[in-house]
Amino acid sequence: MSKEMVSAQNIRKSFGGQPVLKGISCSVHQGEVLAIIGPSGSGKSTLLRCITQLEQIDGGSITICGEELAREEDGKAVYADRKTCVRIGLHLGLVFQNFNLFPHFSVLRNITEAPVRVLKKSRGEAEETARALLKKMGLSDKESAYPCQLSGGQQQRVSIARALAMSPDILFFDEPTSALDPELTGEILRVIRELAAEHMTMVVVTHEMKFARDVADRVIFMDGGVIVEQGNAEEVFGNTQNERLKTFLARYNEG
Amino acid sequence: MDPETLASLTTLLRQMGEGTLSTLLIFALTLLFSLPLGLLISFGRRSKYKIVSIPMRFYILIMRGTPLMLQLFFVFYGLNPLFGIQPQRMQAAVIAFVLNYAAYFAEIYRGGIESIPEGQYEAGKVLGFTRGQTFFHIVLPQVIKRILPPMGNEFITLVKDTSLAQVIAVQELMHVTEKFASSDVSTVPFFVAAVFYLVMNGVVTRCFTVAEKKFAYYR
Ligand SMILES: Nc1ncnc2c1ncn2[C@@H]1O[C@H](COP(=O)(O)OP(=O)(O)O)[C@@H](O)[C@H]1O
Ligand SMILES: [Mg+2]
Repeated sequence: MSKEMVSAQNIRKSFGGQPVLKGISCSVHQGEVLAIIGPSGSGKSTLLRCITQLEQIDGGSITICGEELAREEDGKAVYADRKTCVRIGLHLGLVFQNFNLFPHFSVLRNITEAPVRVLKKSRGEAEETARALLKKMGLSDKESAYPCQLSGGQQQRVSIARALAMSPDILFFDEPTSALDPELTGEILRVIRELAAEHMTMVVVTHEMKFARDVADRVIFMDGGVIVEQGNAEEVFGNTQNERLKTFLARYNEG
Repeated sequence: MDPETLASLTTLLRQMGEGTLSTLLIFALTLLFSLPLGLLISFGRRSKYKIVSIPMRFYILIMRGTPLMLQLFFVFYGLNPLFGIQPQRMQAAVIAFVLNYAAYFAEIYRGGIESIPEGQYEAGKVLGFTRGQTFFHIVLPQVIKRILPPMGNEFITLVKDTSLAQVIAVQELMHVTEKFASSDVSTVPFFVAAVFYLVMNGVVTRCFTVAEKKFAYYR
């Protein structure tokens, strides 16, 4: 079995007394692509946000690349000290649904800013990496453009490059194509496929069922804050016995 | 023009020029201190700790809710009986202006800061920026772009508000104008003062136009 990159045990999270994650346990292994599917409001984003430290869990434990981010003590989650949390965060990259590029920076600066400020790389070195990433994203001619001058698909590719520039061990995507016009989703999915072919470890929340089926090594189906079903793509999409999953998939197959 | 008129006009212009220097001094010192102070106050106003945010709200309420003239009087005449401190006229004016304008600036900063989407902070955090780096490199530049128009208004108002310092007898432009107008029984000083204020605000307006252009490269 390959190395376990993320291990979450029984994580719980409420917003204002309303439980949103009701005991989620899952793991991500090196080099695999994990797809998370499920109806809107089922807690997919919250799960990603908890693992990437944009939210704090109430209970349960999370271990990332062998380092304990949060452990369970007396039914409550206890976080590691700040330095450890920051260090753990550097293993992870996150691509947002609505990109969240920095509008006042050029494309190149969007990608180099974190490597320069956080990893203390020289600007020259960071720019070299950034240009290589832009080339890979098919955006070599856009390095001095500003985000507002790009299409949604181009912005999302820049944001993927920005995340990759930090050389994360795992890359998370929260519905990377949901904010895009349908004709632009293909270019993003292609990029993710390429990364998958390079064995980048990825967790992708998506509503693109065909993509999940083709690319994901494993699929998790969430509903109502719990994992209802998980397995390889064939198990989840092919012959599930679960009624909630069947209903969910039926909606997509119609559409 | 007979020599006597020329001489008195020269005196008028020289003294009004000196008054203008005082006006500019108040203007510059007020900005120098109130711009950063306003930022600190807006941080305090946004603090999640009530013990910080409530006093800041109260401060802003008092500073914006009472006349600037009253505040000038208070700093010049009130500090001595209360705390045994007697500032000089110019010092008192600058202190009052700084305290007052910081409150207005704090609210402008707050509006700007709150208009920046949460996603900018989240992107910064996920990339490993510290909170300070995220604020100063990601958020603040965008805030500055958004607050330029209200700041421009405030700067223009400040140029004119400096004239209030005459109530504690600071020898600024308006004070000198009034002195000449009443002693010479002439309207010339009024027109001269109007031109001086207009020139100052023309420069301020021009600076803001340039700054807004400079920030126009992104949305
Ligand atoms: N910051 C928040 N405050 C309050 N409720 C939230 C917050 N974030 C998410 N929720 C709620 O948690 C539930 C799950 O949301 P989310 O994780 O975004 O679902 P999904 O990504 O699967 O659509 C929703 O009911 C949503 O309203
Ligand atoms: Mg979501």
